[in-house]
Amino acid sequence: MAHIKVPDGVPGIRSLAMFRPDTGKHLYDLVQVLLRGQSPLSPAERELIASHVSAGNSCRFCTSSHAAVARELYGEKSQIVDCVIRGEDTPLLSDKMRALLVIAGKVRENGKKVRPEDIQAARNAGAGDRDIHDTVLIAATFSMFNRYVDGLATLTPTDDAIYAEMGKRLALKGYVPPQPPVA
Amino acid sequence: MAYIDLPEGLPGIRGPMAFRPETAKPLNLLAEVLLRDDNNTLTRGERELIGTYVSHLNDCWFCHNAHSGLTQHYLQCDIDAVDAIVRDPEYSNLSPKMKALLAIAAAVQKGGKYVKPEDIARAKTEGASDTEIHDTVLIAAAFCMFNRYVDGLGTWAPSNRMFYVQRAPARAKEGYANYDPHH
Repeated sequence: MAHIKVPDGVPGIRSLAMFRPDTGKHLYDLVQVLLRGQSPLSPAERELIASHVSAGNSCRFCTSSHAAVARELYGEKSQIVDCVIRGEDTPLLSDKMRALLVIAGKVRENGKKVRPEDIQAARNAGAGDRDIHDTVLIAATFSMFNRYVDGLATLTPTDDAIYAEMGKRLALKGYVPPQPPVA
Repeated sequence: MAYIDLPEGLPGIRGPMAFRPETAKPLNLLAEVLLRDDNNTLTRGERELIGTYVSHLNDCWFCHNAHSGLTQHYLQCDIDAVDAIVRDPEYSNLSPKMKALLAIAAAVQKGGKYVKPEDIARAKTEGASDTEIHDTVLIAAAFCMFNRYVDGLGTWAPSNRMFYVQRAPARAKEGYANYDPHH
């Protein structure tokens, strides 16, 4: 049971956006521009970073939902998602993504853990300023979402089919705040 | 020097916000609702204090000082008083409710799952509403994001604490919503 009175049966961040739409709106707008807006990183790559950070923070809701979206977006290469959330390397990862995931993992712990060598490794693998900026902000943002969702003990479904469905919907429609019911 | 090429002369979060305005916009709108909207049973000073406390726990110099400046402005005390509270909230003169909410914020800073039912029960016993608990968790989580954004990109920040104290009245008046990081 959540620590506060959120709508019954509604999972994770969605229940919180319904509890407090004033903040929910901006959180959804943030994630929509961050994960779907213009970036040198594809939406799939950005969802992969979000999944990696959420797995590192042991947030089951965020990991499962964003891994599901990432699998949809990666299509035939979806195996890459399962490797990354299990912390396993895979040849499916580009050198650039491998280096950016290291940066994301360090941001997850604390921004100060990022070393100049980590940045240089990413640059050597072809990352530019925008790749690095977006990676850091995604890792920082999911460090927020993971804490928000688990800090209020929101409902975390345990059925993979529910996440698979979420993944399809989010891959197709992006992040839209829950709409209040029409009277 | 920051890890990416940020506009010159802008400390802390201002450089990254100027670098990428599309993500700055929802971040600033979120901050405005969460920290500054007066339609809230927690005062601006109380909410800025939560952000200051979490930034201190995350050892983020810029955010800790920027929000200490605002806290002391709203609480009408000096910076030493804010420092004393943040070093040991339980020993301070804060209300029992604020002490309970800061304990929740400290748990969120470690991770969402560190918030225990006893922490929530304590806050409710001291009169905290669901919305106050929600806002405390989200403020704490959001500062875990802001701190990582600022430190993860290796931004610089003035070391003179009076810089932040002197800026606070103007920043309090200007708010976050239409914030231009160049100023």
